[in-house]
Parts: sequence; structure tokens; C-alpha cells
Amino acid sequence: MNFERIKEKLNILADAAKYDVSCSSSGSKRANKNKGLGDSSGMGICHTYTEDGRCVSLLKILLTNHCIFDCAYCVTRKSNDVKRAAFKVQEVVDLTINFYRRNYIEGLFLSSGIFKNADYTMERLVLVAKKLRLEENFNGYIHLKSIPGASDELMREAGLYADRLSVNIEIPTEQGLKLLAPDKKREDFIKPMRKVKNEIIQYKSEKKLIKSTPIYAPAGQSTQMIIGATGETDAQIMYTSAYFYKEFQMKRVYYSGYIPISHDERLPSIGTDVPMLRENRLYQTDWLLRFYGFSIQELLNKEHPNLETDIDPKLSWALRNLQHFPVDVNHADRRLLARIPGVGMRSVDKIINARRYRKLSWEHLKAIGISMNRAQYFLVCASSQFETKDRTAAQLKSLIMGTSSSKWRGAYNSQLNLFESNANVTVS
Amino acid sequence: MIDQYIYDGTFEGFLTSVFEVYDRKPTRVKIVSERLVTVNFFDEEHTIYTDQAKSDRVWKGIEDKIGKKAGNLIYKAFLSEQSDREQVLLRIIKKGFKGENVTDNFADIDVLRLTNLVKIVGREKHRMDAFIRFRLTKDNVYFAEVEPDFDTLPLNAIHFKNRYSDQKWLIYDRCRNYGIFYDLKTVNYVQLEISNDINSSLAAPFYFTHDEMHYQDLWKNYFKSTNIPSRKNMRLHLQHVPKRYWKYLSEKQP
Repeated sequence: MNFERIKEKLNILADAAKYDVSCSSSGSKRANKNKGLGDSSGMGICHTYTEDGRCVSLLKILLTNHCIFDCAYCVTRKSNDVKRAAFKVQEVVDLTINFYRRNYIEGLFLSSGIFKNADYTMERLVLVAKKLRLEENFNGYIHLKSIPGASDELMREAGLYADRLSVNIEIPTEQGLKLLAPDKKREDFIKPMRKVKNEIIQYKSEKKLIKSTPIYAPAGQSTQMIIGATGETDAQIMYTSAYFYKEFQMKRVYYSGYIPISHDERLPSIGTDVPMLRENRLYQTDWLLRFYGFSIQELLNKEHPNLETDIDPKLSWALRNLQHFPVDVNHADRRLLARIPGVGMRSVDKIINARRYRKLSWEHLKAIGISMNRAQYFLVCASSQFETKDRTAAQLKSLIMGTSSSKWRGAYNSQLNLFESNANVTVS
Repeated sequence: MIDQYIYDGTFEGFLTSVFEVYDRKPTRVKIVSERLVTVNFFDEEHTIYTDQAKSDRVWKGIEDKIGKKAGNLIYKAFLSEQSDREQVLLRIIKKGFKGENVTDNFADIDVLRLTNLVKIVGREKHRMDAFIRFRLTKDNVYFAEVEPDFDTLPLNAIHFKNRYSDQKWLIYDRCRNYGIFYDLKTVNYVQLEISNDINSSLAAPFYFTHDEMHYQDLWKNYFKSTNIPSRKNMRLHLQHVPKRYWKYLSEKQP
């Protein structure tokens, strides 16, 4: 192996792949068999974290950064003057195996710029996965990025070797996509997604009859969109997201705050801050949809097209719906418990278990680990130390913000000062 | 006056001590590992000799009467090496034998502490699964050194055995001076002398394969290339990868 050359390629092709935010390596069922290498039957593992705080779980690289497309938001676009490189299939296989054996990674995340055409590129991605599985007896995690426009036959083959397949929808709105990626059509993403969805459904029904049916994309599919590049609202983003969860049974939708990387008048200029806080609020909303039983209409609608920046979306919903509160912790059902600000799903489970043994008081709730500074105004329990007065939403908000110290404080500092002075007035 | 039951610090020794508590029925008792014992003028000391048969009986009792899940939690909490572990676990075992629920009753202070101990041990175990970095030695053994906060290697063994069943590997706990070694068949506990110069870059080519240095170098490069400087957030980085682990992380080497 020519290590110097590989190093050069790795630097170029890892650098170009880093804007894909997916890093999940969990949710697959591929146990080690016949004393092979690797096991992905358990949970995902983050082996390290970049200095920007993102998890490193997979060797995330492009097969090549040559590309025939010219999407404005992408570093790899045709018109961008960057160094180009391409891995050979065997080089990716060797890197993956050697990194895996040293416990650096959980597996491979392989994406690619498009050279020649969609199928030519997709075929090579599939070949890497096939070699890893069949020649190296590798049972680690493989995530393949589907190339928009790839044929059904290749998507079927990809799913036989990969744990997860994904294709990025890139831009939350169709107009935005037309503006920034004139070469791409939404239908080109949808087609491979639909194929994968149908294969997964078929696999599940065949599996019931024939035990030996080969597994197909056991970790399902995911997608990603870029946030803040085309002036879309939070509602537009999350309704798109909800549609993909429902229509394609996506395991995850990822949100990637746009990082200005090029001078293009269609896009925010270089030096514009990455919308990290917004990204965080979108993930919180996504979480509420998937695990907390909220519907998208409750969180975002015509009256509230955007999420609030200074408070999390659950608190925001609660303040708009005070008629549901206070919730009685010792009697309320799971669904209502999950709606109390400051109470996470783990705490919900603990509450339900613990209250079978005794009535819970503030002390118990604190010990269980719920976040009292928010929760105290929205629940009653077997103690009366904290009085639950009738307060308006604005009063509650200022009370809570006066006592909380968010890591995002810097991001809305001017607003916060305003609320703090408010809080002084109402409290005194 | 308190009876101090001093044992050898092993889990079997602890279970033997529990056996003795039930056998001798002291009014006030404290189980202490011999490494942590402090002589107290008012206490009476009793040395407990680890007895496999007694230990097995207590363990079987825990699994049968309190449940396998509880047994698992008790073992994990024991590995935490926290100074209150013996007392908490003794109370948990007593409550369990009386028929109280000791796994889900989060309104009970001992159950919460048990849960907490299991949690911190679980987190450290998970970090070892993640942060162990193997280096390929000239003997064709993938070798890793660790210094975990708690005694987690017994929990890590199965994970690595499932994952690397086709390569020989050795993970050595530098704090507790023992390791687990997989010889392609089984995982065994081992103790060995490790030369002090093994981590010096000058001596490394003597112990490790030629390619090993290259792969470490590639990994370090990958780690750098995959970072996005405009999103830099060192606070978050340090929260995920605390400095005490850097020593053995290849990507963090100069």
C-alpha cells in the first residue's frame, strides 16, 4: 500500500464528506458469524468526537469528489476549483478493515460525487460493500449513500450488503432545490427511496414465511436536508420531515445548518454564522414527533411557522396550552407525563415505575432527575411546598428564563436581557 | 460499636462477607475492602476469608430470590469501587431477600444509589468500548492499554470477543494491573510486565509492525480532515472526550 498517496486521498475525500451529518451506527441486526470480523448487533458507538463536537463512528468518505453536477451548496460541485481524487475499490476496503481492527470505527459511511452517471457511480459503491461482506467476512456497519437516479436493480443489491441506505433530499422546499441544484429533481431522490421502502416491506413479509430470506437494509433508511440556505420556515422543514417519516418510514431525518462554502449570490455569504441554535431546535422538535407523541400541527402551524429560539419547543407548546396543566404526576397517563416541560421519556418511565410503590413528592421527582426549574410550574404531586399559582404564559416564561442557564445563552443574549428585566418586575 | 468485616476486595469476597452477615447476625456491621480499611478504636475487626462455596450460595440466593436482573445490577454496581458500595449493596440484598422490589422502586434511596452506580459503571464500560485503541504488535496481537475510572474490563470482555473473534487481542488495565487476553478461543485474565518505553515513539518500531505506524498516522489525519472549523466547540468536545482519556487515543497523540 502506498501510504503517502492514500493519505493524500483520505484528506481530500474525508474533508469533502464531512458535511453529511449522519453518523448513526445503531439499529442493525448483523451478528458476527463463523468467526468473522465485526459485530453490529448492539448499539452504536461513537469512537471519538471532532473538535466541533460531532460523533465519529464511521469512516465517512467519498469514493470520489469528481462530480458532473453543479449544486450551489456543495463543495464537490463541478465549478468549484478544488483538488480532486478518487479511491480504488480495494483501497476503501483495506482502510475500513484496518481501521475497524484497531477499534477506530464501527464501519463505513460511503458517499460519492457522481462520475459519468448515477448507475456507474452506484455500482462502485455497491462493489465496496459486497467485497467487505463476501471477501472479508465483515459484519461491521455499512451505510451507503444512494446516488439520486440510481436504478432499482442497484438499489436492491445495495440493500443486500448495506445496513443503511440514504439519499439526501438536500433542500426542504422544491423551489429551493430548483434554485440551488438545477441538475437535480426531487423525483430522482424519491425513486430510490420508494424502492428501498418497498424492498424493506417485502423483506419483512417474506421473512415471516422463509427464515433464510437474506436481510435487507436492516437499519432502514435516512435522509438529510440543509437548513438556512434558502430562507425556508421551520414549519416547511418539519412538515417535509414529517412527510418523509410517514411516507417512507425513515429511521432518521437529519438537519444540517448551512455552512457557507462558496461565493454565490443565491446563498448566504461566506462568514455568515452556521445556524447551530436553529439546528438544535429542529432536532428537539424531531424528537418530540418521534418519541413524545406530539403531532406536527401542535408544534408548528399557520400561527407559529417558526420555532422560538429562546425556549425549547416543548416548553413553547406548554405555554401556548396552559389549559392542560398542571398535570398530576401520581395519576396522569404516559402521554400527559411526556408533555410536562423538563420531563424526559426516561423520567416518564421512572415515574410510572416508582409511583406503583408510593405517592411521589418533589423530593422523589428531584431524585429521579427531572428538571425542576421548568417542571415545577406544570405539575402537582404529593407535596405542597411549591405553590402553583395561576400565572400567565408570559410570567411563566420570564420566571423560567430567569433561573435557567442555557448553553445557547450567547446566541440570544439581547433578548434574554429584556426578559430578565421583565422577570424582576413580575417577581417583586 | 461496629463490627468491621474486612475482605479481599473481590466480588466473591464481598459475597462471602454477606454470607457471614446472615450467619453471625451482627447488630451493626460494615463491610470494608482491605485496601480501604481504616483502623477505628471503637470498631471490632473481623477478617473474612473468601470462600467460593459460601459466595456461590449467596449468588444463587440473589438470582433465585431477587432475580437475575437484580444480580446483574449488584455485580455492576460492585465494579464501581465507590467507598459506599458494600453498604448500599448489603442493604439492597437484605431488602431483596425480604421481598422488596430493588430494581424499579425509584422512590427508595438505596435503589436510586444502586441505579446511579450501575449508570456510572455502564458509562465507563461504554467509553472503554469506544476509546480502546488497538496497536498491532510484531507478535500479531492487537494490544491496547487503558486506565478506566472503574473496574470495567470484566464487562468489556464479551463485547470485544464478539467483535474481534478472528484476531488475537489483549486489553491491559494499567491502574489495576491485569488484562484480558483473547487467544482466538477464549478470553482469559492475565498479568504481565509491560516495558516502560512501549509508548515512546523511538521504541515503537521495535514492538509494533511497520504498517501500524502508518495506520495511526492515517487515522490522525482522518480525525483532522473530518473536523469543521467553523463549527468548533471545544466545550462539547471535552464533554464527550474528557482529557483523562487522551493519553491512549491515537488521534490525540502529538
